[in-house]
Amino acid sequence: MGAALRNLKFWIFGICLLPLLRLLVLGGSGGLGANPIEFITRSTGTWTLVGLLLTLSVTPLRRLSGRADFIRYRRMLGLFTFFYAGLHFVTYIWLDQFFDPAAIAKDIVKRPFITVGFTAFVLLIPLALTSTHAMMRRLGRRWQLLHRLIYLIALLGVIHFLWLVKKDLTEPLIYAAVLALLLIVRLPWGVALRQTARNRFASARFQGGKMAGDGAERRS
Amino acid sequence: MLIRSPADIPLSEITPPEIYRERRRFMQGMGALAAGAALGAAADAGAGVKLAGVRPGAYRLDEDKTPYKDVTTYNNFYEFGTGKGDPAKNAGSLITHPWTVAIEGEVGNPMVYDIDALLKLAPLEERVYRMRCVEGWSMVIPWVGFPLREIIRRAAPTGNARYVEFVTLNDPRQMPGQRSRVLDWPYVEGLRLDEAMHPLTLLAVGLYGEVLPNQNGAPLRLVVPWKYGFKNAKSIVKIRFVEKPPLTAWMRAAPREYGFYSNVNPQVDHPRWSQAKERRIGEFRKRDTLMFNGYGDQVASLYRGMDLKKFF
Repeated sequence: MGAALRNLKFWIFGICLLPLLRLLVLGGSGGLGANPIEFITRSTGTWTLVGLLLTLSVTPLRRLSGRADFIRYRRMLGLFTFFYAGLHFVTYIWLDQFFDPAAIAKDIVKRPFITVGFTAFVLLIPLALTSTHAMMRRLGRRWQLLHRLIYLIALLGVIHFLWLVKKDLTEPLIYAAVLALLLIVRLPWGVALRQTARNRFASARFQGGKMAGDGAERRS
Repeated sequence: MLIRSPADIPLSEITPPEIYRERRRFMQGMGALAAGAALGAAADAGAGVKLAGVRPGAYRLDEDKTPYKDVTTYNNFYEFGTGKGDPAKNAGSLITHPWTVAIEGEVGNPMVYDIDALLKLAPLEERVYRMRCVEGWSMVIPWVGFPLREIIRRAAPTGNARYVEFVTLNDPRQMPGQRSRVLDWPYVEGLRLDEAMHPLTLLAVGLYGEVLPNQNGAPLRLVVPWKYGFKNAKSIVKIRFVEKPPLTAWMRAAPREYGFYSNVNPQVDHPRWSQAKERRIGEFRKRDTLMFNGYGDQVASLYRGMDLKKFF
């Protein structure tokens, strides 16, 4: 148990369960408001987007901080993203549409925001299925190619949010801005920008003295 | 006391307003959440006072009323924020007394009513109406008010008056949501004169037998039950009679999505979502949306010969 408590993975796992726990507590205490189904749909959708953006921040954060071990948490973040996307999807199919195949089919074909949301969810499935070490080995180079789908999925997710709101675009635009930033730092000039940032960071740490030895060990 | 009609079965399920407010006061007294208390304290200012002399009106429904708590905490009133809970939290800053309503434009008797005079203009009656939001949810609300035609009659519209424009208060100090440019303020809505004169069209000053809470559009608001909820202009300061159809706030914001008529119509979808069904607040399964929100017998004749896909 003590070892588990010292393991960062254990804590991240627990934190990732908090949004679900919150829904369960609110649901049990009648705290989901006048329109509980809308509340659950919004909440699971929000946490899917947050999960996507967190998963996409792992690589930039790893490069920026020089902490290669961050990569160990990426799969868990990705799978939690899929978990909340699944809850979001089930909420829609079950609570919102009550398994009405005609209504769902019509929605997917005719409502652009449902179309992109549904597409994003379907694309997540192969990524979740191929997240194991065995699959990584089996697919080799193709694994990375396949998992680049995450960029498209995140884009579709943000569009899904942008298109569903009636008027106030503030919240979806915040997600769009964060996603744009996470994509820009992956571009060639974004990489240069990031390196400058890291060098500044590193020299600041060096001047700080105390952390210098710490930083030097890390792969740059 | 609530005004009750014998047809209403589920009164046991409705939280009586007095108990609801009692709970609220208790919670505020606890001061458990500093933010919660600060936000909740003023929201009901002026509301909750029982309206005297309210007669049961002719319009009743054999459907469960939406609980008072849901009617007063789940609102679209962008003047106080775009979240459904924002109006209940923020509307405490609205001062509804003193209040005046200007009647102007193409009328023989332009005038400015004081809200106290308006409340005595015509007998107040309770009417239970369905309310269908364009977003796909609905409620059943016992409004208190009088038909808009009572005002129109006294204003004596001229032959040029073809439309009626309703303007909501524009004061960012009282309405913090107006500091954001989410809509072009002030909020403007409009009806054709015959729609405005229709006996179903109500000027509401209360709900559940009591003074209208600020978040529901105090001190007076429009209720046009066969149209989507956003047609019901809230906190009205001006009623103008005009020759041309007014450019409403939502038409200005998204002309492809919101038309002048905005009649509830399950066959004409919003460009981005279906209008065939709705979720009645408090119910689990969606129900079918009714043509003209179930008021077709009374209002369909207003639109005879019109292509409702074109005039959406």
